[in-house]
Amino acid sequence: MKQLVVIGNGMAGVACIEQILNYSPKFEITVFGDETHVNYNRIMLSSVLAGEKATDEIVLNGLEWYQQNDIGLHLGVRITEIDRQRKIVKGDDGSFTAYDKLIIATGSSAFIPPIPGVDKKNVFTFRSLDDTKALLERSRPGLKAVVIGGGLLGLEAARGLQVQGCDVSVVHLPETLMNMQLDPTGGQYLRSKMENLGVRVLCGKVTQALLGNGRVEALQFASGETIDADLVVIAAGIRPNAEIGRKAGLTVNKGIVVDDTMCTSDPSIYAVGECAEHKGVTYGLVAPLYEQGKVLAAAITGNSDVRYEGAIPAAKLKIMGVDVFSAGDFGDNAPGTEVVKYEDPALGVYKKLTLRDNKLQGVILVGEASDSGRYVEWLRSKTDIQMMRRSLLFPEPTTSSSDPGATVACLSDSDTICGCLGVTKGSIVKAVHEKGIRTLKQLKECTRASTGCGSCAGSCETLLKAVAPDYEEETKKVLCGCLPFSQDQLREIARTQKLRSVQEILNIYGNGTGCEVCKPALSYMVDVLWCGEHDEDRSARFINDRVHANIQKDGTFSVVPRIRGGVTTPAELKKIAEVAEKYNVPTVKITGSQRIDLLGVKKQDLPAVWADLGMPSGQAYTKGVRMVKTCVGTEYCRFGTQDSMGAGIELERRLENLFTPHKLKMATVGCPRNCAEATVKDIGLVGQEGSWQVVVGGAAGKSVRKADLLVTVQTTEEAIEASELFFQYYRENANYLERTYDFVERLGIEKVRKETVYAPESQRKKLLSRLRKAKALSRDAWTEGEQPVNPTQFVQIEPMEAVVVQ
Amino acid sequence: MSWIKITNVENIPVREGRSVKIGRTDVAVFNLGARFAAIDNRCPHSGGPLCDGMVSGNTVVCPLHGWKVDLTSGAIVKPEVPVCVDVFPVKVEDGIVLVDFPTHREKTKEAAA
Repeated sequence: MKQLVVIGNGMAGVACIEQILNYSPKFEITVFGDETHVNYNRIMLSSVLAGEKATDEIVLNGLEWYQQNDIGLHLGVRITEIDRQRKIVKGDDGSFTAYDKLIIATGSSAFIPPIPGVDKKNVFTFRSLDDTKALLERSRPGLKAVVIGGGLLGLEAARGLQVQGCDVSVVHLPETLMNMQLDPTGGQYLRSKMENLGVRVLCGKVTQALLGNGRVEALQFASGETIDADLVVIAAGIRPNAEIGRKAGLTVNKGIVVDDTMCTSDPSIYAVGECAEHKGVTYGLVAPLYEQGKVLAAAITGNSDVRYEGAIPAAKLKIMGVDVFSAGDFGDNAPGTEVVKYEDPALGVYKKLTLRDNKLQGVILVGEASDSGRYVEWLRSKTDIQMMRRSLLFPEPTTSSSDPGATVACLSDSDTICGCLGVTKGSIVKAVHEKGIRTLKQLKECTRASTGCGSCAGSCETLLKAVAPDYEEETKKVLCGCLPFSQDQLREIARTQKLRSVQEILNIYGNGTGCEVCKPALSYMVDVLWCGEHDEDRSARFINDRVHANIQKDGTFSVVPRIRGGVTTPAELKKIAEVAEKYNVPTVKITGSQRIDLLGVKKQDLPAVWADLGMPSGQAYTKGVRMVKTCVGTEYCRFGTQDSMGAGIELERRLENLFTPHKLKMATVGCPRNCAEATVKDIGLVGQEGSWQVVVGGAAGKSVRKADLLVTVQTTEEAIEASELFFQYYRENANYLERTYDFVERLGIEKVRKETVYAPESQRKKLLSRLRKAKALSRDAWTEGEQPVNPTQFVQIEPMEAVVVQ
Repeated sequence: MSWIKITNVENIPVREGRSVKIGRTDVAVFNLGARFAAIDNRCPHSGGPLCDGMVSGNTVVCPLHGWKVDLTSGAIVKPEVPVCVDVFPVKVEDGIVLVDFPTHREKTKEAAA
C-alpha cells in the first residue's frame, strides 16, 4: 500500500482524509499534528469560550475514529522539513517518515502585528483549543480585557470574555467593525449591537504599544491616549502557515500555490485548507476548505477529474443574539450594480443586496440572518432573480405556517443544506433511505451535515422530519420561543455562566422580555441552582408566588395553613374558626390533603389573616412541597405496623418551604392497607412489619399511576433519607412543570435508583448537602406578611387625589 | 379628561402591576421599566384582575386563564378575539405616576346607575 502523510490534524486535513477513505486505492495514512488534541471543530472555539459548549463537545474525530480507519496519529509533533528528493518528512521529535503522497494542511496562525510589548505576559491569541483554555483560565469577573481587532474572531473572543464576566473593550484599526465583511452602515449596526451587549467598541484606533512591567497593564494609541488592560487578545487576522512549503522549494505566494486539483508545484505534494492559495486567493472559512478536500481526495486517488473552481466568500458571526452574515461582493461602485436595502434602526436590522444583470452579487445581513441560506444558494447557482424582485429582502410567506416542511419541500435535490460541508438536500434524502437514518446524530455521523458552524441543524431536522419514516426527535424541546434552548442546556448555561437572575438569562440568551412560560421556569431554575444566592425577581413569578396564596376565579385568594401530617390541635382549630369569622371568609373547606382551606380572602387581608392564624404557609398555591398525608399508624390503629403520623410529620418538616418543579404531594401509611393512599403520591412511605417501602412517581390527578418502589429500608430515618435523595434529585433534574410521575417514567426507575439510593456515598452526600443548604436558606413565605418585599405587595393603591366628576 | 396623581413610582415595582380605584373604575397600572402603562383592570374574558398578571414585554397575561393583553393598544393578543380593554394615557412627573382619566366615563356610569 502506498504511504500517504498528512501534515496537520485540523478540520481541513481530516475532512480531506474522510473523503479519501471513500475512494480506492487505499493508502496507509499517517497524520502529524502539532497540537496535542484530536481533530476538533475550531469554529466552535468561540462557543467554548462563551461557555455554550464544553471542550469535549467540539471533538469531530475521536481517537477511536483514527483507530478504526487504521490511521497513524502523531500528536504534538511538528514537521520541520520536507525532503522532496528522498520523499521523507522530518519531525521535531527526530522522526523520519517516508511518503508516496503528501498533503500539507497546516492551516494558519494568528497574525501578530509588530507592536512593541506584544511579548508581555497576559497577551494571548485566540486560534487553538489551548489558547481558549488559557483564556478561560485567566478570565474572571471584573478583569479588564482588551481585544485588538474587530473582525469575526475578535468580536467572538470579546463576547466570550464578556460572558466570563470580564469588562471588555474591542480596539479596531479601521473606522467600522468587520470591515472586510460589512459596509460601513452594516458595521455601525453591528457596533450598536455589540455595545448593547455591554462590549465597549473603539474604532479608528492605532495601537502603538502595549505598556506594563513584565505583564501587560495598558494599551497606548497613536493619539496618545491609553486604556487599562489586565488581559489582551490579539485577533488582528490570520496568516497561512506556508513556511514548510517555502522551505521545501514549492511555489509559495501568500499561501502554498495549488492548481485546480489542489496539487502544488510538486506532483506528489498537495495542499488543502487555509495554507493553500488557489488562483491568488487564500480561504479562511470552513466551507471552501471542505470543498477543496473533496477535490483533493478525488485527485489524489486518481478517481475523477473534479476541479476546484474557487468559492464565494461568506462569513457568519457566531454570537448569540447578534446575527451577522455576509457573502459575495457587496460593493456598490461597479457600473450596473443595483442596491436593494432595508433598515430598521429601532430593531437593529440592516439588509443589503447588490445585484448585477438580475443576479445576486453580494449580501449583508445584520440583526436578522435567518434567510442567509437562500442568498447563498442564489449566489452559488447564479439564479436569475427577476421573478423574485418582490420578495428579495423578505421571503414570501409559505402558504401554510403550520407546515414547516414546506420550506424544505421548496428546495431541489441539488440545493445545499449544509453550506460548510456542502451537503445537499439530495444527499441527505439518499442517506436517509439507504442508511436508515432516523436522528440528527446519525445524520451528522453519516453525512457530516451541520458539523461545521452548526447553523443548519434546524433545516436538517426539518428535512429529517419530513423524509425519515421513523424520525426520532433527540434534542429536547426548547423551553419556549423566548429562549432557543432546552431546560437542560439552560441549567448548564446558568450554572457555568453564573447567571443568578431571570432577567440576566433573558437578556443574554433570550429575547430580553420573556413570557409567562419561561419566566416561572427560569425563576425556579435560578432558585434551585443558587439556592438563596440568586437574585429573586418577583415579576417573573406567577401572582400566587408573589402574594403566597392561590388566586381564585373572582380574584380573591385561598389560604391553607400548614397542618403537618394532617394532625392538628383544638387550639389551632379554634384559631382557624376565629379567623374565618373575623374576615368573613365565605367558605371553609376540608381539603383532600388533610388540611383546611379558607376560600375567598381578599389580597389586602392576607397579611392580617396570616398573622392572626399564627401558622406557617401550607404552600398550597405553588410548585412546591404541599403536604404529607398520613394515616394514624401504630399510635392508635390496631393494624398499624409503623408510626406513620410521626414519620409523616417529620418528613413534612424536613422538606417544607422548598420549591419543586411541580407541586409535590406525599403520604405515609402505617400498613399496606394504604389508608392515606401513599402509592398514588409523588413520594410515599408504606409501612410494613419491620420496614418501610419508599415509593415514588405515583399520581391520582389528571393521570393515575401507581408509584414505583424506590427502595425498602428498615428504619424511619432511612426511609426519610431515601425520600430526601429522590426529592433533591427530582428538584435538580426534572424539567419545570414535570410531575414526578412523568419524570420517573422518562428516566426509568432503574436510573432513578442508580442516581439516588444506589449512588456512591459521595454522590448521595452531595445531594443531601445541597438539600440541607437549600432548606437552611428557605423560609416560611408568610413571614412576608410582616416584612413585605415591597410596600405595595399586598395593598390596593389609593390614588393621591380623588377623581372630580365634571 | 384630566390627569390624576396616582402614586409614587417606587410603589410599583418594575415589570409588575398594581390596581388603583379611580372613581368607580378599577385601573391596573404597570411599571414597564422604560415607561408606565394603565388599562382597565378587568380581563374581558371572565373579569380576571389584570394587575396580577405577569408582564411579558409590552403585554400582560391574565392570571386566570392566560389571555394576553397588549398594554399599548388594549387589544387581546391571545387568543385572537376582536375585543379590547380600555387604555389610559400615563405620564410620570416628579416621581409621581399620573393617569389621564376620562371623567365623562364616571358621568356615563352615573347616568347608567
